[in-house]
Amino acid sequence: MYSEGGSFMKGMLLGGIFCIVATLLSSFNFGHQQHTDHHNHHHVNAPSKEELLRLPEHKRIELSQNIRVYCVILVEPKELAYWAAVRETWSKHCDKAEFYSSEEVKVFESVSVETKDPWIMLRKALKHAFDNAKDHKWYFIARPTTFAIIENLKYLLLNKDPDQPFYLGHMVKSGDLEFIELSGGIVLSTEALKRLVGVLGDSSKCPEQGRMIWKLPEDKELAVCLKYTGVFAENAEDTEGKDIFNTKSVNTLINEAMAETPQEVAESCCSDVAVTFNGHSPNNMHVMMFGVYRLRPFGHKFHDSLVFLPPKDSDND
Amino acid sequence: MAMMSSRRSFFLGFMVGTCTLYFFLTQVPLNKNFFHKMNLPVTSKNKAVVENENLNWRVDGPALINLEHPHLKGEDSRVADDIYNKVRILCWVMTGPANLEKKARHVKATWSRHCNMVIFMSSTDDPNFPTIGLDTKEGRDQLYWKTIRAFHYLEQHHFNEADWFLKADDDTFIVVDNLRLVLANYTPDEPIYFGKRFRPFAKQGYMSGGAGYVLSKEALRRFVEGFRTNVCSHTSSVEDLALGQCMEKMGVLAGDSRDSLHRETFHPFVPESHLTGKFTKSFWYWNYCYYPVVEGPQCCSDLAVSFHYVSAELMYILEYYTYHLRAYGYQYRYNPGLPENYARLPAHKDTEQESGKNNSLDAHLEKTV
Repeated sequence: MYSEGGSFMKGMLLGGIFCIVATLLSSFNFGHQQHTDHHNHHHVNAPSKEELLRLPEHKRIELSQNIRVYCVILVEPKELAYWAAVRETWSKHCDKAEFYSSEEVKVFESVSVETKDPWIMLRKALKHAFDNAKDHKWYFIARPTTFAIIENLKYLLLNKDPDQPFYLGHMVKSGDLEFIELSGGIVLSTEALKRLVGVLGDSSKCPEQGRMIWKLPEDKELAVCLKYTGVFAENAEDTEGKDIFNTKSVNTLINEAMAETPQEVAESCCSDVAVTFNGHSPNNMHVMMFGVYRLRPFGHKFHDSLVFLPPKDSDND
Repeated sequence: MAMMSSRRSFFLGFMVGTCTLYFFLTQVPLNKNFFHKMNLPVTSKNKAVVENENLNWRVDGPALINLEHPHLKGEDSRVADDIYNKVRILCWVMTGPANLEKKARHVKATWSRHCNMVIFMSSTDDPNFPTIGLDTKEGRDQLYWKTIRAFHYLEQHHFNEADWFLKADDDTFIVVDNLRLVLANYTPDEPIYFGKRFRPFAKQGYMSGGAGYVLSKEALRRFVEGFRTNVCSHTSSVEDLALGQCMEKMGVLAGDSRDSLHRETFHPFVPESHLTGKFTKSFWYWNYCYYPVVEGPQCCSDLAVSFHYVSAELMYILEYYTYHLRAYGYQYRYNPGLPENYARLPAHKDTEQESGKNNSLDAHLEKTV
């Protein structure tokens, strides 16, 4: 009986030590892997001032007028407050903003896709967008909890060819799959969407119920289908390498910067030409419109190489 | 038989030990950051940052004199630089010992860097922050005493170093560049002061304390003169009203700080309240405002000057929105130019600023290239 107790104690001790060692090893490995991942992912940058100035002025004006963004916004009736906020704020800066809802709602105009399944909803919305695109070359997919600055999106896309396959946003790696997180907004070029629509009917490559036994979130399903057509996710960054698509809110990012770099919080938290933030309340979106499109310090001018005009019927920009 | 059971209990003990430690480790946040930080060489970044801070300010006792007007990446700052020299603002921030780390520190790290000079005023001296001790107690009933002593201090020690004297709380956010635009149409020898104008209790109204107010040089001189001649005294602890009544007695005009579209620039609440809030009909604000209240987006000028009740987090958020985040290439709807009287203002290039500027001239050139 004594020897039993003794072996039990020995076992416990060994088990504890084993656990600590395993945790230490795994966190070192994890840290290391994250570091190399950061350098190995594919990324796309906003054009630098030099790159833009290389184009003659008439070409720049032509490009800034010809970039047309079709916004695909996926909503549900229970998110009415966010839906209203998006309608009244940033979506006015899309060349075309179409709201796709799970069911028809009396209060707001939308295209009803008659399904609550997020993956089927995304498929139907993208098919509808492609069929109705006309001369829109770029597609921006968002949920109503996301806030987007379309001018900064156009700046990113200015020197990119929409007849090439582009699939951009805040990229995340999950196992072998690199995908764009929907909460930070997804950008597809005309060519990428064309390829996707081409494979939607193929149930061996891109089935409605998903390829896994369990359901993957719709942004992962999208990545899988696009991968079959040779379209790969790329992380979008500004000229300094900062992410411009954010899956967090300004508040969260500022709080993180207050802890990590307290002497230069506003300088280091986020990109100056950020395209998206996620998780702002409807009221906060109105504050962001004021912050982005109106509030500024007098006397500081930027001689940007492009000009974007304010949209009609809008009073907070 | 004995061997079997001792091996079994060893195995059991092993499982128990692993599970207990696992739960223990997940309860205590021993995450990868902890190990990451252990590996990093400590303080090399912090050291550079402290040196950076010393490059921005020249510390002269409790006064922080701005050596270099902060510039934004890739900007053309000619207008901002010119107006910085012609409309010199000394900012004083009313704070207290309990709020230095909680609030005043964030003011120091954000908007106060855009003042020509800033002084933090407290009830007691603190040479490290630095703050001046006004020799008062702490508390709401001390607010007017602090204000009186602060302005007397400024008149005594810094009268000729600025054109305008701004008072702010440690939870007020000020866009100093936009304040310069408001003041650019006036000269510092005019007896006038600006802020969020309230209507009651004074014929010409008075300026809200929390939203910040700014006195011309002449207004400051008259304030101090009023106390010397006993025209003004500590009539109440309601700092903003009492000061407003003194201003009225001394013939200092309550100015109109609204922009060219008659939109308010000084705001007594946070942006969210003004932009999206619906004040109830019985709310005191409706009766207090000197000018008509506007709810919704037109409440506030694009070139807003102040907001109040701003938390530490919101200070940085507003700094990010004002000075960093923008829509590339966007043509603003509202584009006021410099006012007509601006041409009358002389530029001030005193030797302090000159020598400070020369030291950082190379750094400045490097940044703008």
